[in-house]
Amino acid sequence: MFDMQTGTNMIEQHASTLLDFDNVSMTFPDGTKALEDISFSVNAGEFVTVVGPSGCGKSTLLRIASNLEANTGGVCSVDRNSIGYVFQDPTLMAWRTVQRNVELIAELHKIPKSERQSRAAEAIELVGLKGFEDKYPRQLSGGMRMRASLARSLVMKPKVFLFDEPFGALDEITRERLNDEVLHLFQSEGFAGLFITHSISEAVYMSTKVLVMSARPGRIIASFDVPFGLNRTHDLRYEPQFAELCGEISHALRGAHQ
Amino acid sequence: MSSIDTNNASVDEIIHEQKDGFKISDYVGPAVTFGLFIAIWYIISGIVLPEHKRFLLPTPHEVIDEGFLVWRTGERRGLQPILVSLWDSAKIALIGLTITIVLGMTLAVIMSTRRWLERATWPFLVAVQSAPILALTPLIRALIDGTQTQRLLVVVLISIFPIVSNTLFGLLSAEKSQHELFTLQGASRWVRLSKLQFPAALPNIFVGFRISAGLAVIGAVVGDFYFREGGVVGIGAIIQLYRNRLWGPELIASILLASALGLVVFLFFGWLSRVAIGKWHTTNRGQ
Repeated sequence: MFDMQTGTNMIEQHASTLLDFDNVSMTFPDGTKALEDISFSVNAGEFVTVVGPSGCGKSTLLRIASNLEANTGGVCSVDRNSIGYVFQDPTLMAWRTVQRNVELIAELHKIPKSERQSRAAEAIELVGLKGFEDKYPRQLSGGMRMRASLARSLVMKPKVFLFDEPFGALDEITRERLNDEVLHLFQSEGFAGLFITHSISEAVYMSTKVLVMSARPGRIIASFDVPFGLNRTHDLRYEPQFAELCGEISHALRGAHQ
Repeated sequence: MSSIDTNNASVDEIIHEQKDGFKISDYVGPAVTFGLFIAIWYIISGIVLPEHKRFLLPTPHEVIDEGFLVWRTGERRGLQPILVSLWDSAKIALIGLTITIVLGMTLAVIMSTRRWLERATWPFLVAVQSAPILALTPLIRALIDGTQTQRLLVVVLISIFPIVSNTLFGLLSAEKSQHELFTLQGASRWVRLSKLQFPAALPNIFVGFRISAGLAVIGAVVGDFYFREGGVVGIGAIIQLYRNRLWGPELIASILLASALGLVVFLFFGWLSRVAIGKWHTTNRGQ
């Protein structure tokens, strides 16, 4: 299922397109070209992962999608009221308990107290943190902090979830377990995902589509559809087709470094 | 093995809290240093000082006998007049500290909003911090009426810097990604301040409180040296009186009580800090 695409044949609009990059480029004020001719879209039911060498502007994609930064060329269209953003670190507030941290985004959107409390309780249960509502972040492990961070975004039931290398700092076991949970939430909550990572196996395991970016200025140089169904288990990581796809992506990524 | 197991957080390791129980070493240390303090005091007043100068530092038992155990003799000697003066200075220190906290924190909040404001204000704050305020007493007297106001002004000038610098440092300490989280939700400046920057600043604010509280007491005591109407009022004034009359035990007793006031205020803010933020804020000693 190797499918090398150029940017141009991907800009066709679907009715269900939730996030669309159309010829987006980004040049920083100091003249650094971070992104060039980025065109792809994320449709409902898709989980798209971007891999690329460090410093290639992967994270900038998310920052543009969420309007934290403004692109200097092209158009990025997305419903900005319906975005969940998961940062590299859990960005929890040390002075709030898990419950109050999970309520935070809803609180900023002025959702009434009783409603945000029940929504937060629901999200806490979804990420498996039930029983830890009254703990402070310092009392949690790294994986649990990330779960709380996920729950905080889930409360707003976003249609598009942006993940900026969220599990990079975690140990492998915790990381794989959280991969499963995000995959599970992706199915049960029905959001579309755009995920940034360094890890090829994480990318393949999580996604319906993997995009490979080149070194700066970042361009999309390859796109791979991931053929495995969504009911993925840990064992998939040891299947020959999984390894084969990882190998192909790795090969494309190697090209990206040149 | 099931791959999707949403109730497995309990498998993740929980960071266990260290319970601080009673430790004998917590009490031995202070007891030893107190013993050393008394011993050094005896050595200085009984051995180091030449005999004709020993009236400058009476021994600890003389201080207790004549400074603390005499309620009142004559017009100004004894524990009672010392306590009256101490209370008077304590009021000035506490009112001054309250003004300092309100003023200092307001200033820090304003400075935190714009970089140019911060840059425009810093040099003057540092100047106030390092200026010999007491050399300005004639000017203060000329510009401001009322002894109490003059005393309060000295307290504020001496104690404001740590509040401003610590609050400002704290307000600017929230992480970039935390700010971005608020930006993504379109948070207003006020929401950002009250829900992110201010709580993030609390540990620093309490450090500022503790330092400023000690300085406020110093400000009140030295302010007494220069600003008083008619009779003896604050603890600083009574210290000066004892010094002039060479009443050693009373002098040392009043100095000790002034220090004790500083200590009490310091401990109070330490306690307040533990109550307010102890649950979530940790200090690390690297052991």
